[in-house]
Amino acid sequence: MDVAGEATGTVPRVREALEGLEHVWLAPRDGLPAISVARSVLGDVLARLKQRAGFESMTFITGVDRLPAVPRFELVHQLWSLAHDDRVRVHTRLADGESAPSCVALWPGAAYMERECYDMFGITFDGHADLKRLLMPDDYGHHPLRKDFPHQGIEPDRLYREWDRNRRSHWKPRETAP
Amino acid sequence: MTLETFEFVRETPPLGEGDDPLHGETMELNMGPQHPATHGVLRVKIELDGETMRKIEPVVGYLHRGKEKSCESLGWAKFFPHTDRLDYVQPLMNNVAYALALERLAGLVVPERGQVIRVLLMELSRIAAHLIYLGTTAIDLGAVTMFFNTFKERENIYTILDAYTGHRMNNTYVRIGGVFADVDETVEGLVREFLERLPAEIDDWEKLLTGNRIWYDRNRDVGVLTKEQALAWALTGPNLRGSGVEHDLRKTQPYSGYERYEFEVPVGTVGDCYDRYLVRVEEMRQSVRIAHQTLGHLQSTRGGEFLAEDRRYVLPPKDRVHTSMEELIFQFKIVTDLRLPSGEAYHAVESSKGELGFYVASNGTSQPLRCHIRAPGLMNVQAIPLLAEGRLLSDMVAIIGSLDFVMGEVDR
Amino acid sequence: MGSLRPVAEADGTGFVASRVDALVNWGRKNSLWPMPLGLSCCGIELMAILGPKFDLARFGAEAARFSPRQCDLLIVAGTLTWKMASACRTVYDQMPEPKWVIAMGVCSSTGGMYDSYAVVQGVDSILPVDVYVPGCPPRPDAVLDAIIKLQGKIQRERPLARILHGPSVVDVRGTGLNLYQPNATVPRSKADLHPHDPRAARRG
Repeated sequence: MDVAGEATGTVPRVREALEGLEHVWLAPRDGLPAISVARSVLGDVLARLKQRAGFESMTFITGVDRLPAVPRFELVHQLWSLAHDDRVRVHTRLADGESAPSCVALWPGAAYMERECYDMFGITFDGHADLKRLLMPDDYGHHPLRKDFPHQGIEPDRLYREWDRNRRSHWKPRETAP
Repeated sequence: MTLETFEFVRETPPLGEGDDPLHGETMELNMGPQHPATHGVLRVKIELDGETMRKIEPVVGYLHRGKEKSCESLGWAKFFPHTDRLDYVQPLMNNVAYALALERLAGLVVPERGQVIRVLLMELSRIAAHLIYLGTTAIDLGAVTMFFNTFKERENIYTILDAYTGHRMNNTYVRIGGVFADVDETVEGLVREFLERLPAEIDDWEKLLTGNRIWYDRNRDVGVLTKEQALAWALTGPNLRGSGVEHDLRKTQPYSGYERYEFEVPVGTVGDCYDRYLVRVEEMRQSVRIAHQTLGHLQSTRGGEFLAEDRRYVLPPKDRVHTSMEELIFQFKIVTDLRLPSGEAYHAVESSKGELGFYVASNGTSQPLRCHIRAPGLMNVQAIPLLAEGRLLSDMVAIIGSLDFVMGEVDR
Repeated sequence: MGSLRPVAEADGTGFVASRVDALVNWGRKNSLWPMPLGLSCCGIELMAILGPKFDLARFGAEAARFSPRQCDLLIVAGTLTWKMASACRTVYDQMPEPKWVIAMGVCSSTGGMYDSYAVVQGVDSILPVDVYVPGCPPRPDAVLDAIIKLQGKIQRERPLARILHGPSVVDVRGTGLNLYQPNATVPRSKADLHPHDPRAARRG
């Protein structure tokens, strides 16, 4: 892993590619070069990282729900460059209901990643051709990974568990051996 | 709840005068979610024009169990069994990946013997996963014998793991800071015996498949993936290596002591299903080579520590937990209330499917903030339309097999 | 099992009827064709059971056809999620009678370690199950034990009584429950929880 600070080229290269765009360098615990950008420049930042800094592959896109902080969601893109063998992570903060620019045009592999973010958090992506749910059924009404969504689910899951508990309470052990 | 109904979308215009009567309409075929050849509960909606697949749409989520949410509810220490069930054909590999991410967040270093044992477990898991790939892909394409051959060898791996961990699969034998217990001479003997026999078996299987006209015709030039496509579509692992990219996380970003082992990284040329098959078979041989080296390291580190010493994060050995009050309290505290330092960390391992990574974020409390599982299988599923569109329906089975994904990690 | 009377009674008990039952059950139990519904990790153990070491074929269960129309034993191996539930029920409904279900593993028995929003807490929420096999995943020996228990259960059935009396009367499995309820809906709304009392549903 490239350690931010031991510049084997990642930090200067990214800095040069993002010239003119506001970005703040972070110091995460894994030492990976990570920047924090505003949502307004996110699309340009990602495009420049691909075209000028040579990050040909997207490793993952995910969200973090930092309720009760405002803005609520943190969107994380992690990129990987084969040619330079390094990684960079881009963090953005989004408010509830705010959409993010889609990067499917740059990396087609990001399609499922963005759909999963939408499914789990409700973060929409502008420019994604087919933004529908990935993991939950299409007609599911909630976004499960939000912090205010309980682990066991909301209606109709609660009804189901009540039914299940009542059903099991009537079972008795057999009187005689089979 | 009902299965979603299909809307018949007419891609081609209706038959007119003078039109070729054989290309009038397309048919929508649903493959899965219950299907012998989709390697789990994957559903693929295929629009067929005769035997040619015009439009393909994979539908995933039939095994979504809410693992990332479970991590937030359960806590870091109790999530280990869930990681086994991600890519369930190589449970220990996922365990190690998760433990490495947590250790990176905590700043913990695993002692050498612990690292050696982890490498041995990971390589055995890699062999097991590739055996599943070989067995199921071969049986899907008609070579039924391979299923029985590979499962026979998998039973031998199960015997080793049963002797060592007590369970055949879903072992959960890795802890933060090392492994649960030490490897003893019996297990080493079983491993040695297995590794001595496996290369000859692989040679045998290659005689069945590699030069086989049918296997060659069904896999050569099927599902060709170029290097640029592989990178743009976020593919890693044997899928990327089959397309000619020599990239292996064990070489470029070594973890768990991999820099101490000698092995080669097989690379394909064309990027078709046949190349990916050759890459995986060769990876099995290289895994055998690495595992032999771990046996040597195990002998040289005999008596060493296999678990780090850090009261805040590392579970004490079980025999001391049962006899000493202090260790019992630490065990209780770590299992119920493990706190990792605030911050984020990402660590990836080279799993049999590609780059398996865990992005963990903590806010310093005992409830995890986020645990995102970067599953290589999801990217492999995403590439199905890329490789299969325009091909015949029977190529779909070859492509699904050669992309090699496991729905446990795709859906999490 | 029926008294030693030389003729078949009208209600299906009696010596001849019990011998006919025994013959039919013997035939059925020794030719169970499994329909493997391998959903997750238990599916890998199921493949191992069909493999060379724990050979399911020696119990007559070799023909693991993957089409429900040709099978009579549904082995639900793995976690059932809500998204998959309707497909699973469809597979069960497509199987012709007589059919049996083994819930393999804790995920299909009770939901297992997944007490989450997406997982059905036991496949018996949507299907009638004959044998539950605990384990995560269960050892193949445990599943073979389940098959043997199921064979014992099949041996105790009374198929002739069902033919003579029709499905509504008979308790062929000896469990006291009427299990032939095709397309039983899972309650997903308040009305389903109180199926006989619409006012209770409105009250909430």
